[in-house]
Amino acid sequence: MTARKRKESVSWRKSIHGRRAIGYILTFALLVPLGVAFVLPFIVMVSTALKPLNQVFAFPPRLIPETVQWENFADGWYGYGYVNFTTCTWNSLKITINNIIGNVVSCTLAAYAFARLKARGKNFFFAIVLATMLLPNEALVVPQYVLFNRFGWLDTHLPLMVPPWFGWPFFIFLLRQFFLTIPEELVDAAKIDGAGHARILLQIFIPLSKPALATLAIFAFIGNWNNFFGPLLYLRTPDVQTLPVCLVQYQGAYGNTEWHLMMAVATIAVIPVLLIFVFGQRYFVEGIATSGVKG
Amino acid sequence: MMRRFSRPISASARREERIFYLFILPWLIGLVVFSAGPVFGMLGLSFTDWRISLDDLQFIGLDNYAKLFDDPIFWTSVGNTLYIVVGRVVFGVSFALLLAVLLNQKVPGIAFFRAVYYLPTVTAGVAVALVWIWIFNPRLGILNYSLKQIGIQGPPWIFSKTWVKPSLILMSMFSVGPIMIILLAGLQGVPKELYESAEIDGAGLWAKFRNVTLPMLSPVLFFVIIISVVSSFQNFTEIRVMTEGGPGESSNVLIWYLWENAFIFLQLGIAAAVAWIMFVVLMVLTGAQFWVGRRWVYYEADTG
Repeated sequence: MTARKRKESVSWRKSIHGRRAIGYILTFALLVPLGVAFVLPFIVMVSTALKPLNQVFAFPPRLIPETVQWENFADGWYGYGYVNFTTCTWNSLKITINNIIGNVVSCTLAAYAFARLKARGKNFFFAIVLATMLLPNEALVVPQYVLFNRFGWLDTHLPLMVPPWFGWPFFIFLLRQFFLTIPEELVDAAKIDGAGHARILLQIFIPLSKPALATLAIFAFIGNWNNFFGPLLYLRTPDVQTLPVCLVQYQGAYGNTEWHLMMAVATIAVIPVLLIFVFGQRYFVEGIATSGVKG
Repeated sequence: MMRRFSRPISASARREERIFYLFILPWLIGLVVFSAGPVFGMLGLSFTDWRISLDDLQFIGLDNYAKLFDDPIFWTSVGNTLYIVVGRVVFGVSFALLLAVLLNQKVPGIAFFRAVYYLPTVTAGVAVALVWIWIFNPRLGILNYSLKQIGIQGPPWIFSKTWVKPSLILMSMFSVGPIMIILLAGLQGVPKELYESAEIDGAGLWAKFRNVTLPMLSPVLFFVIIISVVSSFQNFTEIRVMTEGGPGESSNVLIWYLWENAFIFLQLGIAAAVAWIMFVVLMVLTGAQFWVGRRWVYYEADTG
């Protein structure tokens, strides 16, 4: 005990002798420029979105526009009949919300089963969850395309909106890890009161797992809002497109000339993700840390 | 005594089992219909002359694989993918480690910096890929302008065959958020006592990092390397929005090769063969991850 105390006081004294101050300065000397680099793409995006066209191509590039042209946002949004951003945003929102709910419901059920129920074959099935956790959807896309073609689902939102109701291994794993930390005594007490598994899940696990469920919902929001591969693959007609595809169509049509308008619509597309991130940041970081370390 | 009780217990156990399967049913159906089914379907289709319609398929054995291995563009795309994988692992992971070490310092405002560093990861998508085209603009972009200020003539970035892959690697270094956070959590899990005893032995900063941090972090590092390899297979958005595999074939990576064959050239049999190869590679990587993970857990239990 005393040896340990002495050890601590030695390192404490050492650090007080200028070491800590130098450490602070060094750390900030790296933290701040890196932070600037990380926000720079956004600054470029927003500042270009606010410039009149003739300033976009001005050299040297200015990060703060000389004159601010707010109309760019409306002009980009409504400027061309060919790409309808209002429809695209509405579609993106509809798909994203549906997919969040689908993922939360299906993954909660599976995670509860894997965390708390005993059954033969459980280890086998959980091994499959782990094995498929890192598998990106890109590797399955060719046969899935055939499948959805067979179902007659092409050019509808169904290929994007139905699979989320059937679980997602990464989310199941994440929630299971969280469910394992809920004290067994709570479950036992509820069982004595005669509660079935549905009630235990609804009245104990879900209320206690709000942070984990929030993490999952945020991940699902960002993943679906940014999803580009799926919509590009399954959707054809303009009425059903989502926001990322709209942006690319806009790029194809006007991208090389109307940079200010394109950056304006890109800014609008990023805002929801930014808001979600700012408000859900805490959950986000915890969720990822869980997946990596306890895995 | 045992006998009398064994019956009701097993009945409730059976009930629990039924609930278990009921609860995992959605996932199980999804697995069969959307993952396992397609994977094996893909294997089957890779042995056929499948182009557009599924009717009237001819079994052609390994012809698709033979054609694939004869296609120089396939090997170019394998080479490009490996280039990007190595670049992302070497530069991306070491950069993420640097960020994690910085974020592990006890200085005020660290949560703010953590959020800022994570930000580009959540916004990675079409919108930000569009911004990067502008950043990479050789004449007017902010990147070459900044380089010029410090006296460096910047390269043409994504518009040049030599620089397009380094450009994509550089860009991916802005979205190392998840890797950074996993490494940060790993760093925070290193027992303080190890650093204290290293200090008593007179270890400096580098020696502590080299002899305590890195060995303790190695399983997490391995996990993170696997994740960054897997995500290197998923870089479709940047390629589609920024380069379309070009200039020439210089940024044609496997996922782009698959996309072009499947949905542009309508060579679906060949695309299925590519997809199957990708699937096997990814499964081997996942297997390696768990093999190493298990060994690590064992080691921990042994000594701790």
